[in-house]
Amino acid sequence: MSFWNDPLKVAADWLLGVFTGWGMPEMAANILIGFLGVLLLITVLMVLDIFLVWIERKVVARFQDRLGPNRVGPFGLIQPFADIIKLIIKEDTTPGGADKVVYNIAPMLSMMSVLILWAIVPLAPTILGVDLNIGALYLIAAGAIGTLSIIMAGWSSNNKFALIGAFRQVAVMVSFEVPMLTMLLIPTIFAGSMGMSTIIEKQDVWYVFLAPLAAVIFLIAAIAELGRAPFDMAEGESELVSGFNIEYSGMKFGMFYAGELLHAFTFGGFLAILFFGGYRFFGLEQVSPFLAIAVIVFKAFIGYWIIMWVKYTLLRIRIDHMLAFNWKFLTPLAFSLLMVVALMNALLANAPIWLYISGMFLSNVAVAWAALEIARSVSRREREKVEGPKQVVEVGH
Amino acid sequence: MSQWIYVGLFFIVGLIIPIGAIGAAWILAPKRPNPIKQTTYECGIETVGDSWVQFKAQYYIFALVFLVFDVETVFLFPWAVKLGQLGLFAVVEGIIFILILVAGLVYTWRKGMLEWA
Repeated sequence: MSFWNDPLKVAADWLLGVFTGWGMPEMAANILIGFLGVLLLITVLMVLDIFLVWIERKVVARFQDRLGPNRVGPFGLIQPFADIIKLIIKEDTTPGGADKVVYNIAPMLSMMSVLILWAIVPLAPTILGVDLNIGALYLIAAGAIGTLSIIMAGWSSNNKFALIGAFRQVAVMVSFEVPMLTMLLIPTIFAGSMGMSTIIEKQDVWYVFLAPLAAVIFLIAAIAELGRAPFDMAEGESELVSGFNIEYSGMKFGMFYAGELLHAFTFGGFLAILFFGGYRFFGLEQVSPFLAIAVIVFKAFIGYWIIMWVKYTLLRIRIDHMLAFNWKFLTPLAFSLLMVVALMNALLANAPIWLYISGMFLSNVAVAWAALEIARSVSRREREKVEGPKQVVEVGH
Repeated sequence: MSQWIYVGLFFIVGLIIPIGAIGAAWILAPKRPNPIKQTTYECGIETVGDSWVQFKAQYYIFALVFLVFDVETVFLFPWAVKLGQLGLFAVVEGIIFILILVAGLVYTWRKGMLEWA
């Protein structure tokens, strides 16, 4: 047992010695150590969050064929610090008719809903906040707090744009939580546990190879939950100006902005944990916890990059289309996939591993193909109802 | 039990960080409010009437359907956790349960309630 193998335990033991040496009861010392550990993790996250601002701006610039921030410091790396100073010293106006208490709590809740998600993220086999055995449910519950903060912000601002934005966010949350919950059931079935670290430990084969469709549906639902394009109806710059956070300025707006970026990164991390093996990468996690952290952060960045890619490629879809897409396509698809996976899991329980993997993979592909075929034929029928049957035009006599 | 103490610590620290940031801004930022600055922002146009308007929630039925599904999926989690040990019978039972749920969705759909009205 050395610092290289288990840094958290070594540091905790050393601190416990120090604190009990001061005459502190062991229980209090343990809680204090826990507090310091949480503070360390969240401080690292906030520093990462600062650089996420830079990464996001740089990536969106590249997608739009621009350079992005490149003046302040090398590659514009100091830019986010300039942004923070500006946000801190900017006057913070509160609209006259606002509900002050709710208005001030909302940005804090927005940030908190993201930070508490990291309680269940296993960064390495030995480095994790809490190994909750109901991790999947905790993920959903914490996400609901984020939506709550948006509703609070929208309602308390006393602004029509903000109110409409909040209403739309409720519509998004109400629809996309169902496929998300259903897709969380699939790693749960494979691993036989809702705990995040058990899900990672059981992933000798990444679950994306067992259930690729589930990973895609989870990604779509996660993007909707984040309120990012193409599901950013709550903000909708071109119609609601800024939606739910229209009346916020200064650091309160900064909290919403930083919360959104960190939320996207966090969901990249959860995509990695649930479907891409978390901190596992060909036994690299056994070498050192530090390597395991590097692996999971790298995978989370890939997930985050995919979310950014979707955001800056697709257009915002209309809210009725969004609801129809969810309730008439994604929810039935998610439930049929769940039934197929449960059935295949039972039928192939005693099959050799290669048969299990290929059977799962092929059943997923079959479900996806069938869903797309049904959607295509239905839309063709709709189109023919409007345009009349497709006529073959004979050219040239 | 001790697990939940740490979850509580995450809640506390998760609140301290934004409170600290907003508090720093509150100390450093200038405070010169005036009535014009505090008016409701509507792209420069004066607000007509009350801004806490009554707003039609067209997705009311969706929300009701969502409530049913949300509660029912929570029942599915224990089923999913123990699925590996329960065998084919439990799987078929679970599928029947899901089919009952989907029947509710189909009923709502057939009634034309899944339309934006």
